Amino acid sequence: MTALLSAQNLSFTYENTKQALKDMSFNIEQGCFCALLGPNGAGKSTFFAIASALNRPTYGNLFIHGYDIAQTPRAALALMGFVFQQTTLDLDLSILQNLRYFASLHGIGNKLGEQRIQEELERLDLYDRRHEKVRQLNGGHRRRAEIARALLHHPALLLLDEASVGLDIATRRTLVDHVHHLCQERGTSVLWATHLIDEVRENDQTIILHNGQIAGQGTAHELAAPTLEQTFNDLTQRGQTCLT
Amino acid sequence: MPYLICLKGVIIRELLRFLQQRERFFSALVRPLMWLFVFAAGFRAALGVSIIAPYETYITYEVYILPGLVGMIQLFNGMQSSLSMVYDREMGSMHVLLTSPMPRWFLLFGKLLAGAFVSIIQVYVFLIIAFGFGIELPPSGYLLVLPVLIVSSLMLGALGMVLSSRVKQLENFAGIMNFVIFPMFFLSSALYPIWKISESSIFLAQLCRFNPFTYAVELIRFSFYAQFNAQALWICLLSCLAFLSIALWGYDPAHIHKRGPK
Repeated sequence: MTALLSAQNLSFTYENTKQALKDMSFNIEQGCFCALLGPNGAGKSTFFAIASALNRPTYGNLFIHGYDIAQTPRAALALMGFVFQQTTLDLDLSILQNLRYFASLHGIGNKLGEQRIQEELERLDLYDRRHEKVRQLNGGHRRRAEIARALLHHPALLLLDEASVGLDIATRRTLVDHVHHLCQERGTSVLWATHLIDEVRENDQTIILHNGQIAGQGTAHELAAPTLEQTFNDLTQRGQTCLT
Repeated sequence: MPYLICLKGVIIRELLRFLQQRERFFSALVRPLMWLFVFAAGFRAALGVSIIAPYETYITYEVYILPGLVGMIQLFNGMQSSLSMVYDREMGSMHVLLTSPMPRWFLLFGKLLAGAFVSIIQVYVFLIIAFGFGIELPPSGYLLVLPVLIVSSLMLGALGMVLSSRVKQLENFAGIMNFVIFPMFFLSSALYPIWKISESSIFLAQLCRFNPFTYAVELIRFSFYAQFNAQALWICLLSCLAFLSIALWGYDPAHIHKRGPK
């Protein structure tokens, strides 16, 4: 069976000679929640830039359901939904206007678009606030709106880059729960990039990224000896806790 | 069909953003109106305009600069669109556009068309105000200028897109505005005929002839009077194609990544 996401010897070097990713190989199967765990600067955002076809790998390949992102970006992008680290909503438009814009970018017509917008916003308790401008929303609601938006075209793979940064503990937990539910209910695969260990559950596929290289991978349970936090700190050779 | 849906979405978003930013609409109109009613009033006595094509008689200075001010609206709008693209890139919302499964050339072209649509609305509002103050065009001119406005706004929008693909940070954009907008506007036939400039400096007149904005202004001027300026049309179309190609090259991931992270 073809993995939904397959990174093969993925490497990326910036013009300023900084090698951001080195020989990164891993797979994500359908319906799987994969945590990409790494400290700031580990290469998570560079990986996202490649996955979203904003950058091309210097070496290696990234396949999305068999489509090479560098060769056939359109087919690959149609299968993915993104939530980037930085808010990408238009602050001066309402939630509804932002979601309609996104639906049109994916060629989703009015009728189907409105139906899906309602479904996704209701699921995240945002439908009643759909006419509010994004600027008036707090960080948690903005994130929820972005997740709703990323799911409008029913992607097979949802990629979230530090989606919980800046949110309080309760909101983070709600988001993590929601995304885990997506895996179980819809069979959506998820790549959740984070530097926060408490967002990883013991059955989650976990990849520890450090200095652009995979320092360890397996389920969180397998990696957690004696604790995931200890393993993470050992592998990334950082003496500081990442639990916040 | 998905292409049309996408194009409609991009245009609606651009329109919504424009309507939300009322001060942008206001300043887009005030700028040329100031030139038309203040600058032109001061200069009409100092600057005699002889009979030149497409005019068949002596005209007032206000009538002469009207096409130039229409070009000015489009030039500023093109730069404003590119400024908002740099802003979108810095803020991250450009990611939403570029991660669409539609072809990138189509997305960028859609963005250009949306900008052209917004600029044409501004031009017509400006022409209506000018009409209200007695600066009139032949009735057919209002209609015939429409296809020309599409070409000129696409060309100027594409130029803005080239700049947006090269400018890394918003702060650098002010310099670009000064080094692009003002030279383009002043070194053109927008405010004075080129023969008038050549009386003072042949070199400056030559610079005006190498400026694609001059041809955008002339194309607009001729269409106002139901005349066709083939040279201006070709130069505008070729410039548009050249700018668009450079912009597409600039937005290609193979070239973006070389510049590295911000």
